[in-house]
Amino acid sequence: MKASLQAVIVGAGPAGVRAAQTLVSHGVRPVVIDEAPRWGGQIYRQPPAGFTRSSRTLYGFEARPADALHTAMAGILERVDYRPGTLVWNAEGGQLDLLSGGKMGTEPYGQIIVATGATDRVLPFPGWTLPGVFTLGAAQVALKYQGCSIGSRVVFAGTGPLLYLIACQYAKAGAKVVAVLDTGSFRDKLSAVPAMLRQPAVLAKGLYYLAWLRAHGIPVHQGVQLVGAAGVARVAAMRWRDGHGEHELACDAVGFGYALRSETQLADLLGCRFSYSHLQRAALPERDAAGRSSVPGVYLAGDGAGIMGAEAAEWAGERAALALLEDSGRPVDATHASRAATLESRLAHIAIFRKGLERAFPFPEDWAVKAPDELVVCRCEGITAGELRQCALDTGAREMNRLKALTRLGMGRCQGRTCGLAAAEILAHACGTSPGSVGRLRGQAPIKPLPFAAMVQANGDAR
Amino acid sequence: MNTSARPEAREPLLVRLAETGRRPVSFVLDGQPVAALAGDTVLTAVLTHTAQLRRNEFGGEPRAGFCLMGACQDCWIATESGQRLPACGTFIEEGMRLVTDLRVPA
Repeated sequence: MKASLQAVIVGAGPAGVRAAQTLVSHGVRPVVIDEAPRWGGQIYRQPPAGFTRSSRTLYGFEARPADALHTAMAGILERVDYRPGTLVWNAEGGQLDLLSGGKMGTEPYGQIIVATGATDRVLPFPGWTLPGVFTLGAAQVALKYQGCSIGSRVVFAGTGPLLYLIACQYAKAGAKVVAVLDTGSFRDKLSAVPAMLRQPAVLAKGLYYLAWLRAHGIPVHQGVQLVGAAGVARVAAMRWRDGHGEHELACDAVGFGYALRSETQLADLLGCRFSYSHLQRAALPERDAAGRSSVPGVYLAGDGAGIMGAEAAEWAGERAALALLEDSGRPVDATHASRAATLESRLAHIAIFRKGLERAFPFPEDWAVKAPDELVVCRCEGITAGELRQCALDTGAREMNRLKALTRLGMGRCQGRTCGLAAAEILAHACGTSPGSVGRLRGQAPIKPLPFAAMVQANGDAR
Repeated sequence: MNTSARPEAREPLLVRLAETGRRPVSFVLDGQPVAALAGDTVLTAVLTHTAQLRRNEFGGEPRAGFCLMGACQDCWIATESGQRLPACGTFIEEGMRLVTDLRVPA
């Protein structure tokens, strides 16, 4: 008689779904908890019921993997305990605290696979809090999930593969794309080609998007610096600078981002050890080649523990599930043992390609140097770069949690998800050190705000 | 009714490009009856009519969401009864009464 497992998967994107499928195929019935109303994650996010566009229209070149992932989850729904629309807001002592439909709940776990995904990496510019300025991911959600454009004349800015993809998606859907402003240069992209050749299909898609934009007369400016968005009650123009001087583009919406950042707060609450990744310029939970974290029974898969992309996330989800089975004494047959080795070798391969991506779309290392004092870094509470610098100067704060205690940065509704990385850059620059040596904002429960009514109700239940 | 100083704040922020054949849903925005489509989030329903969800509780300037995936938590909107809804993660429902021009208490 096998001891029964209490396996929980958090996240139903590429990593979470493949992890669930792997557990199900070994006779385990996992609990799958996801914030979204339907499975797919952000990249393969499904529109609400009643929407009619084809997956080709929604996902473009990614239609096949999107369909495959959606079908995979649909096929195991009867054999998993699926909890859509459910937020995990705390993890402690083998138990998760949940919020679903305005009600509190708990879920015990014996083993947990954290597949929490990623959001846009944000480096603010003046005017970024104006209505009409969104992340690139937001622009994509508006279109994919709601059939809307974020505006009628849109500028896309920042850097990363999503920049070109979203510009094409918008133009194809009938939106007016004013320009694409890439802070990475053409030279950066050329230097990345050797590493990118590890994934020739991805490289080809990138070249296709760029060629498509050029062929359709959409201006693409590379190697630029973003000066800021202008407007009073909403964005009216985007300003940027290049070797020829400063420019201004009239627009009524801006989508921007600098590639992605991992959503690590749950891993943090679970007690996982973190270390700084110079490549990803962020503190990330440590994982071995199979996805084991530093905490027994806690596994990490997909972009939530380091950005690797959707395809690699599927492999990592499957690999982490196999590790969970191995560690729990569940027999994994020879086929699966060799499958595990294959997955690990593919994931190692992706790491090289990942370095290429960082070269093609580099982090703007001079961002903190150039951020003006009046720049709002924390949009929850309106804390500026100047206030952060002054705090470092006046108090000698050299660590992020100290900075948080003194300035309230990261204490607002986003808990530092939006501003944490940018603030670390500002603090490091102010202290004359590297972003890797100022620490990271510690995760705090609740990860996201809880409605007062739910807390009152939970209290009543306890009594 | 309290309006923003600049008229463009009352112009819609989001533009519908597809999926417009859905069933209409009526709701009340700042006291005015308006229509959305079934499957709209509250954010979509509001920002296809106007350019803000609320005013920031610190500086008072308008806000209209940012990440649309529940991470930034900057898209909350108030109902007439004072409840706060995360606009990007809540679907619009028939008869909802939403307020975008909430004043920050002095």
